Amino acid sequence: MYAYRCLTLFVLMISLVHCTSKEDAEKAAKTSPSPVEAAEEQPEVHGTPVGAITLTNPLNKEWVAQGQAIYDTKCLACHKLDATRIVGPGWKDVTTRRKPEWVMNMITNVEMMLETDEEAQKLLEQCLVRMPNQNITQAEARSIYEFMRSNDGEK
Amino acid sequence: MKFQHLTILAAVFILGPVLLTSPGCKPKNIGSAVEGDAAGKTYVAPGKYDEFYNIVSGGFNGQISVYGIPSGRMLRIIPVFSQFAENGWGYSEETKPMLNTSHGFVPWDDSHHIALSTTKGEHDGRWAFVNGNNTPRIARISLSTFRTEEIIEIPNSSGNHSSPFLTENSEYAIAGTRFSYPMDNDGANPDVSINSYKENFKGTVSFIGINPESGRMNVAFQLILPGVNFDLSRAGKGKSRDWFFFSCYNTEQANTLLEVNASQKDKDFIMAVNWKKCEELVKAGKGQKQKVRYAHNVYDDKVHSATSTIETEVIVLDPKQFIDQGLVYFMPCPKSPHGCDTDPTGSYIVGSGKLAAVIPVFSFDKIQKAIADKNYEGMYDGLPVLKYDAVLHGEVKRPGLGPLHTEFDGKGFAYTSFFVSSEIVKWNIETLEVVDRVPTYYSIGHLSIPGGPTAKPHGKYVIAYNKITKDRYLPTGPELTQSAQMYDISGDKMKLLLDFPTVGEPHYAEAIPASLVSPKSVKMFKIEENQHPYAAKGEKEAKVVREGKKVHVYMTSIRSHFAPDNIEGVKMGDEVYFHVTNLEQDWDVPHGFAVKGSNNAEILIMPGETCTLKWVPDRVGVIPVYCTDFCSALHQEMQGYVRVSPAGSNVPLKWSTGETPEAGLPSK
Repeated sequence: MYAYRCLTLFVLMISLVHCTSKEDAEKAAKTSPSPVEAAEEQPEVHGTPVGAITLTNPLNKEWVAQGQAIYDTKCLACHKLDATRIVGPGWKDVTTRRKPEWVMNMITNVEMMLETDEEAQKLLEQCLVRMPNQNITQAEARSIYEFMRSNDGEK
Repeated sequence: MKFQHLTILAAVFILGPVLLTSPGCKPKNIGSAVEGDAAGKTYVAPGKYDEFYNIVSGGFNGQISVYGIPSGRMLRIIPVFSQFAENGWGYSEETKPMLNTSHGFVPWDDSHHIALSTTKGEHDGRWAFVNGNNTPRIARISLSTFRTEEIIEIPNSSGNHSSPFLTENSEYAIAGTRFSYPMDNDGANPDVSINSYKENFKGTVSFIGINPESGRMNVAFQLILPGVNFDLSRAGKGKSRDWFFFSCYNTEQANTLLEVNASQKDKDFIMAVNWKKCEELVKAGKGQKQKVRYAHNVYDDKVHSATSTIETEVIVLDPKQFIDQGLVYFMPCPKSPHGCDTDPTGSYIVGSGKLAAVIPVFSFDKIQKAIADKNYEGMYDGLPVLKYDAVLHGEVKRPGLGPLHTEFDGKGFAYTSFFVSSEIVKWNIETLEVVDRVPTYYSIGHLSIPGGPTAKPHGKYVIAYNKITKDRYLPTGPELTQSAQMYDISGDKMKLLLDFPTVGEPHYAEAIPASLVSPKSVKMFKIEENQHPYAAKGEKEAKVVREGKKVHVYMTSIRSHFAPDNIEGVKMGDEVYFHVTNLEQDWDVPHGFAVKGSNNAEILIMPGETCTLKWVPDRVGVIPVYCTDFCSALHQEMQGYVRVSPAGSNVPLKWSTGETPEAGLPSK
């Protein structure tokens, strides 16, 4: 089983390395117009990098509530609110461990993170299940982060 | 197949050797048939997409299969009329209603012809339609989800072969009867002697309305017609858009040994129907209401479930009662016409008499003139028959043996398949001259040019769907794969490029540019929009509810666990419904769900969808359940247990995920 997992992970890593970057894809799209692009041009909320986030106090209550609702449907299956890891890490103290843009990029732009971010790569090695794309917008990811802050005791 | 061989024999016998101008049944020089650059023209590099989707009927498998062209790579099988255990189609509680009919649950059919939706005669990439030949049905398949969304049964019909071809703007799909029979009026199939055919048997063609927004179908009206066999049909386009043309055989009205008795007459008919006038009369309330029973099944991808409704009424129009309105005309057509195809301009109608020595081409303008002049050669069962010479554009002379179907390239050429002489023949529509012919391996049935039946063919290739495979592939015992072949038609001469195997037994197929379809492809269903009554939108909603003997499991799946994954308190005599919601929201992450020893099937649940597997435990014990679709590195860990206790036991109903017994405490 162990060998098998390693192999899977290896394959996963290789495929990550071979992923073309966005610029490459754009370049290819410009040079060879074909039906291929059409499918790739479908609007998808996933895949746009999140820049630096400025946090405000007190917490935005509306965002906290919205974040919790999304958590219940799309995150809870893998992330506990305490420190225990089930599929992914528990969320306790995540807001002190990670910057808000790091968390939001993990939610909305996991491809980029697994390609470029060492911490994200380490997590994949530990968890063995890729952080899934749960089709969450940046605004929704922001509200989830607000919920995480609330979970960590911020007011 | 046997039947067709006999037909060939009959054809050869009747037509004699004069027609043997083309290669015989098994063409020679197979090795040299492929020329130099064929590989380059069909090679689609890894990671690249094909240029066309080829939507192919499955024949006796009751499905549709989808191939990429020019590679011939199979992309997908879409279950339509047949149960499909691999994803639970027709087994899951949500999809069982799709296969309901007035005969009850009919989990199979014989699907022959594809019709892709058109707007102004051109492909619009919205839906594919396919006919169920056996239990008369038409299905509509979404080209966004590649799923069957709707199946409607056709009342007063037997053998829905002349179907589901569409009018120019997909106003109607057509359903014409292969078997005439005593009609279903009032739900009672009259108990009459079979040899009273001429007196009691009727044919019908039904116009199935299609809602231009939703695609929803309804049986708008049907025409009651003489008891002949309707074989194939095409709507007019452009100037002939208000008309529909049907090939008719067995105008002899034989009810036994048709291969001989339905091949007596020198000419059968192409029937021309002015559907626009029929529609007007129906709208004016001139039709008769009849009591019938037919099922109408609709799948909703918000509720992720199908419903089946039994409808009880149909509007019937008898064209004999409206002779002055000119609804229906027959045109003589040599010997048992099969294909009946209209060219891209709508000016010409090609009839392919499968036992005929010529291909007659009818002129729409001449048909209109003959109708205006009442240039009849007589009446058939009370309906006018136009004079052959008056409506004929001309005949393609000595084209080959056994012409079946014709497609068009939009450059003025027609391509006709010849079953008996096993070839495709290219001819000029205006001059009727044969300009090229290529052998097919072997015995071609239908053929398809991308956009070939539309007002705007995309050309480039013609694909042959052959009936005999013989030595084309590695042998696999008595039953061989079906063989499709693709030819380059971009130059003056057709060139064989590729053989590719197909599943089921394809009859007709259409090909459509990928650019019209792929941008609309659905990647997943939004969990927020899931309205399934048993959905668990998040693990907090996972639970087990007992309602008498029914146990409802609201289960979630995500990489890589189920919630709940331990269930106790199920008892013998219970019916367990696993309602599995896939919480994933990413493309290409379905989960499977399977129960050991399930007499039903497994199910595949798409991201955001809820799907239900019914399971009736057959023994006491602990039964494993697991995911059947490799979903992650921990897919093998995606499993759980259901404890089944004897009937009447007092094991309480409980469920959990991730609960482990406390250290030192023995579990019960």
